[in-house]
Amino acid sequence: MIDNNQLLRFTTAGSVDDGKSTLIGRLLYDSKSIFEDQLKSIENTSQKKGFEGIDLALFTDGLRDEREQGITIDVAYRYFTTLKRKFIIADTPGHIQYTRNMVTGASTANAAIILIDARHGVIEQTKRHAFIASLLQISHVIVCINKMDLVDFSENVFNTISNQFESFCSKMLIKDVRFIPISALLGDNVVNRSENMTWYQGAPLLHTLETLHISSDINKVDARFPVQTVLRPQSETHRDYRGYAGRIASGVFRTGDEITVMPSGFLSKIKSIDTFEGALEEAFAPMSVAITLEDDIDISRGDMIVRSNNKPEASQDIEVMLCWLHNKPAKPRAKYTIKHTSNEQKAMIQEVIYKIDIHTLERKSEDDTLCMNDILKVKIRTTKPLMVDSYRDNRTTGSIILIDDATNETVAAGMIV
Amino acid sequence: MSKYYLNYLDELESEAIFVLREVWAQFENPVILFSGGKDSILVTHLAKKAFFPAKIPFALMHVDTGHNFPETIQFRDDIVKDLGLKLLVGSVQASIDNGRVAEERGKNATRNALQTTTLLDAIETHIIDCAIGGGRRDEEKARAKERFFSHRDDFGQWDPKNQRAELWNIFNGKHFQGEHFRAFPISNWTEMDVWNYINRENIAIPSLYFAHERQVVKRDGTWIPFSEFLVLEDHEEVLTKKIRFRTLGDITITGGEESEADTLEKITAEVSGMRNTERGNRSDDKRSESAMEDRKRQGYF
Repeated sequence: MIDNNQLLRFTTAGSVDDGKSTLIGRLLYDSKSIFEDQLKSIENTSQKKGFEGIDLALFTDGLRDEREQGITIDVAYRYFTTLKRKFIIADTPGHIQYTRNMVTGASTANAAIILIDARHGVIEQTKRHAFIASLLQISHVIVCINKMDLVDFSENVFNTISNQFESFCSKMLIKDVRFIPISALLGDNVVNRSENMTWYQGAPLLHTLETLHISSDINKVDARFPVQTVLRPQSETHRDYRGYAGRIASGVFRTGDEITVMPSGFLSKIKSIDTFEGALEEAFAPMSVAITLEDDIDISRGDMIVRSNNKPEASQDIEVMLCWLHNKPAKPRAKYTIKHTSNEQKAMIQEVIYKIDIHTLERKSEDDTLCMNDILKVKIRTTKPLMVDSYRDNRTTGSIILIDDATNETVAAGMIV
Repeated sequence: MSKYYLNYLDELESEAIFVLREVWAQFENPVILFSGGKDSILVTHLAKKAFFPAKIPFALMHVDTGHNFPETIQFRDDIVKDLGLKLLVGSVQASIDNGRVAEERGKNATRNALQTTTLLDAIETHIIDCAIGGGRRDEEKARAKERFFSHRDDFGQWDPKNQRAELWNIFNGKHFQGEHFRAFPISNWTEMDVWNYINRENIAIPSLYFAHERQVVKRDGTWIPFSEFLVLEDHEEVLTKKIRFRTLGDITITGGEESEADTLEKITAEVSGMRNTERGNRSDDKRSESAMEDRKRQGYF
């Protein structure tokens, strides 16, 4: 274990045919993350199915229904570790009817792998996957052009598809795009460098994942501390202790910082930043700490501690890119519970500004229904102000969910514009 | 100039603390499901950190099958005393005695599946609205689909195809009376992460995890501990071996491996070289391809 090893979360979107499961199986297999008993069980199943050798896709087997139908329905999380990093894969289905699962998997990812079948080039689904990566502000997109073995490992095919992708995604907010020609089935450029594509000068996929610069993915400028709960031990050693427990959403806090408590607006200074191991001089996102203040002020769950010279906007009217997650469509002007960090209020969807046509990615303003998998820009009004940043600046203080009070189900997820 | 990023263990720790604090904030009466195994010990350790300097605000709940390793029970009682916590025990023996469940028969009979009824009864009796577990997504394919906050209906059942969407780190613990949640703070940890962390933090764990001499019987390729509950087959022979356990379940179903690893460093090194999954020696998971999924749907841990 190396102390500096970081955690990288990435998402893969793809359907059965473009080799997503095979790619994940290959990554796990070639990075030696598969155990022998798993391998043995896969070998048996592969034989039963009449597969020559082992079917790598079986490593991503899930629930019984998914096995029977040979599809991924829900997000599955998979793990592997190399000498350089620990990886969490959010393995999501790629088909249009599972847009909500792709959005879910993308919400925590630093990087997205988009798979393109070299024989088919950029298709509608590719654009949708790129759009979701851009919508969820995934910092790094790695386009894997797969099945290169079926196009004679042609550099020409690779360049044509890369150009196609570049030209349509130039309009999207994707900061870092890379292209890798691979064969997941044969292992070319997944973990090991391909001997069939010496024209490709870049790194194989695993090396790319191991070296992506992710330290800047979290906002380290705007100090935001949503209060989760108040710690009051009332013990002999800590009789008057009052610590505000939470996870720093973004930025850096230091002892002595002048802070403002939102929404009340009270001013104070940070007296201490406490952890089980002792007090810290400074703490940064995403650390979980307890903060004590110089002054005794009324703070509870849902409040946010911020640095006084850099505050989020307190707003009751927000514009949101909303993804509808539930099979029950929204009722016009219906009320919901809105959750934003540790804060909770009532909210109403006031207006649909436009809906994204998920096929063409064009904006449609005449359709204002909210059905499952729809992505729309809406105006939301809340009963009390939320302390918001734009999602582009801050994934934590820029995101919300909506809950239907009649069923308690999470019905929508939104990114504040 | 300090670095402004966390290493992966610190990030996992911070995430787990966040989840534990969310549970405390969102539920009325949460408990930690405590089996005495390393994962529930880890969750308890993380809870200590999450609420410091206050003490852990959760009771520990143990589902006691009656087929325990004596070492596990001793360990449980020590940790409860040490941390000043309340212990709730759901007894499988009591469930059998009052006819809620019937004992399995046959050579490989276990009380593993019976635990579900006892667990759900205990959750109902003590009006628990959230049971915090040490389940990890890397353990098993059904567990790979678990949420951090996982809803259970008023029969205690899990519906994997109708789970609530869980995005970013916004958790929805809203529920109706009679329903409850399971929360999994260490969802994103792997077995190796757990051992690296236990090693780093020097967390006390039961002696069973360290190599020790024990009377055992070879069964299905693994060393099953000899105990009063084990029905021997004619050809089976009780031997003394130096073994350790990689996971702890019931004494009747937990297989040990021959090992010389008697310190945390040696265990961590041994686990990192292992070529089989940790549940490979658990006969409860070997029953069918969807054994875990089926049990989880019923309300198992």
